[in-house]
Amino acid sequence: MTPPITARIALAGQPNVGKSTVFNILTGLNQHVGNWPGKTVEQRTGQFTHDDITFEIIDLPGTYCLTAASPEETVTRDYIIRERPDVVIAVINAASLERNLYLVAELLALPAPLVIGLNMMDVAKQEGFEIEPDVLSAAIGIPVVPMTAARGEGVHELIDAAVRVVQQGPAQEPSRPVIREDHRAVKAEIEELIAGHVPTPYPTDWVALKLLEGDQEITRLIQSELPPDLWETLQGILFRHEDAIVAVAGGRYEWIRRMTRAALKRPRGGRITLTQRIDSVATHPFGGLVLLAIVLGLIFGLTYSVGGPIQEWLASVVVQGLADWATQALSAGPSWLRGLVVDGIIGGVGTVLTFFPILAVFFAGMAILEDTGYMARAAYVMDRFMHALGLHGKSFIPLFLGFGCNVPAIMGTRIIESRSSRLLTIMLAPLVPCTARLAVLTTLVPIFFPGRAGLVSWALTGLPLVVLAISGALINRFGLRGQQSAFIMEMPLYHRPNAKTILLLVWQRIVAFVQKAGSVILIVSVIIWALAVFPNGDIDSSYMAHIGRFLEPVGRLMGLGWKPLVALLTSFVAKENAVATLGVLYGVGEDSGALAQALAAGLSTASALAFLVAEMLFVPCASTLAVIKQETGSWKWVGINIAFLTGLTLIGGTIAYHLAALLV
Amino acid sequence: MNKNHTRKLSDLTTGDRGTMAALEGGSGFVGRMSALGFTPGAEIAVVRNPGFGPIIVRVLDTQIALGRGQASKVRVRVRG
Repeated sequence: MTPPITARIALAGQPNVGKSTVFNILTGLNQHVGNWPGKTVEQRTGQFTHDDITFEIIDLPGTYCLTAASPEETVTRDYIIRERPDVVIAVINAASLERNLYLVAELLALPAPLVIGLNMMDVAKQEGFEIEPDVLSAAIGIPVVPMTAARGEGVHELIDAAVRVVQQGPAQEPSRPVIREDHRAVKAEIEELIAGHVPTPYPTDWVALKLLEGDQEITRLIQSELPPDLWETLQGILFRHEDAIVAVAGGRYEWIRRMTRAALKRPRGGRITLTQRIDSVATHPFGGLVLLAIVLGLIFGLTYSVGGPIQEWLASVVVQGLADWATQALSAGPSWLRGLVVDGIIGGVGTVLTFFPILAVFFAGMAILEDTGYMARAAYVMDRFMHALGLHGKSFIPLFLGFGCNVPAIMGTRIIESRSSRLLTIMLAPLVPCTARLAVLTTLVPIFFPGRAGLVSWALTGLPLVVLAISGALINRFGLRGQQSAFIMEMPLYHRPNAKTILLLVWQRIVAFVQKAGSVILIVSVIIWALAVFPNGDIDSSYMAHIGRFLEPVGRLMGLGWKPLVALLTSFVAKENAVATLGVLYGVGEDSGALAQALAAGLSTASALAFLVAEMLFVPCASTLAVIKQETGSWKWVGINIAFLTGLTLIGGTIAYHLAALLV
Repeated sequence: MNKNHTRKLSDLTTGDRGTMAALEGGSGFVGRMSALGFTPGAEIAVVRNPGFGPIIVRVLDTQIALGRGQASKVRVRVRG
């Protein structure tokens, strides 16, 4: 028996070409989502079998080109150059053929055989393009397979073509783009200069091209390899040809025009397409905002009407049932064990579990917005507002949906390509008051401020948002000096979302949350439980109370004694815990009438206001911090976030206390 | 390239058409814009320019949203 044949395929393509759909059709649930080593770029790998050949397939990140300007671009080209896949499949969008061939022009310069998957043939036809795949294939000299992946058409043929290339090698030498005529001499000069100094496995002519493009990574690489005198000569040449990137790109577009001359017939103008009709509203400066409000209202409504009840059912039936069962099963054991299992472990697991429905609805909503193409429109109409805060238009959607819960908001920032914009969005996201914080407000404000509850609640909800806006604007001006705010974004054609893509994304996000954040949440729950119980079994004399008393000098700035401080600390597991802790500490349990009396007696109006301000600004719950770690890949950003929000809490709480003390 | 005959893309109004003359910026910006179809001689149509905030243009059969800062670095030779 012959051993099974295996081959490695890499999927490349620009964004919005349906590449993930192809990947999902091929691998189904047989895929693994992780990160590229040392990068925060998502890596998706998978396996499938086709005609007795087992394929390993890797979904390279979507990129428009292959200069090392973004981590996605570096990852893509490094993989092809260093790992040498057996075949690279370039998925391209037939409805914007010429621009999509730009990436193909770059891929052809790399040492791997190429097959083109000409996707979205249905959309191209609808837009009035006439494309002949065979003619394009003959021109370039590589297989071109027409497909409509959203309906599963052409995927099988695409893999057939890839198999032929793997088994028989490329049928012919493909036509490759060359640099524009006026720069050919200088490219040859550079190639001669660097010959013998280019480390394997980099192709010399590709390195010369990248040097002319001003590619910083390759420039650094060559600087470290060249003897100083040659490097100086090279630097001089590159300096004189600073604008060579235009000639390189120009050469690629000349090639594209030659390749498509016979294969592409474009529509005659004057047709109004579906995309144009929708965009007349969706990108209108005013109409676009109204439509966005309606869309977000729908997602929010869905989160509450579908996700909310399921969440409550999980909490009251499943988690509570589990807790009751464990209480009974352990009734003979020591009380600390019962506490550990019921309050610590089951409490923590329950927290993780009750996130599921909210996460599912939220990510389904995000995925639909993204997959239909609407997300780009939402980002467009919001960019003028977010720009001033140093944020990207795309920051708005996850931030806004943070009113439901900060956890999916932070995971949702994956749609933001720019790393600095994404980090800033993550750092500011906890300032969007989530439902748990708002629940604390609605419970406590009527107790402290009877008669003025509406006004005070409104002001306390608005406060963190104002702080968010001011922090963003300040960080943008002084921290980042406005350099991150380049806004260049494709507005893809609208198309019907693919159910499989959306369901897989929801599934993957939930799995990632459980694997990465779940354990952190569980551990923190157990630690906080232990601190509040040991050594004597009651919170009044617990380690937590010691910490609260230790922090009292700081609390005094805000007019807060150790009890409200401990309430703030226990809200670390879940924000709504603040109310329950206050009840326990003031010895009244959760009876709201008794709590009202005890609190009104125990806290002055000024202290109460400071406590509520602190509750709104304080470090988010452990689950949110856990996903900050998950999404940024480092504890450093968690630390920065804690320091940032603790600082804001101290400043806000102190100002609120002294201002209220003066006025009341 | 004579700049007197070209205008900033950000100064054009909705419906204006022209051909791209040049990009003003570092190789990073030029590289990124080139990949999206902004290359000398390319046809550009302004789909939406509300006068504030980002604008939308059509180039190489694709609609691209550009911040005002980016759009002001694109020089266009306007037709008509």
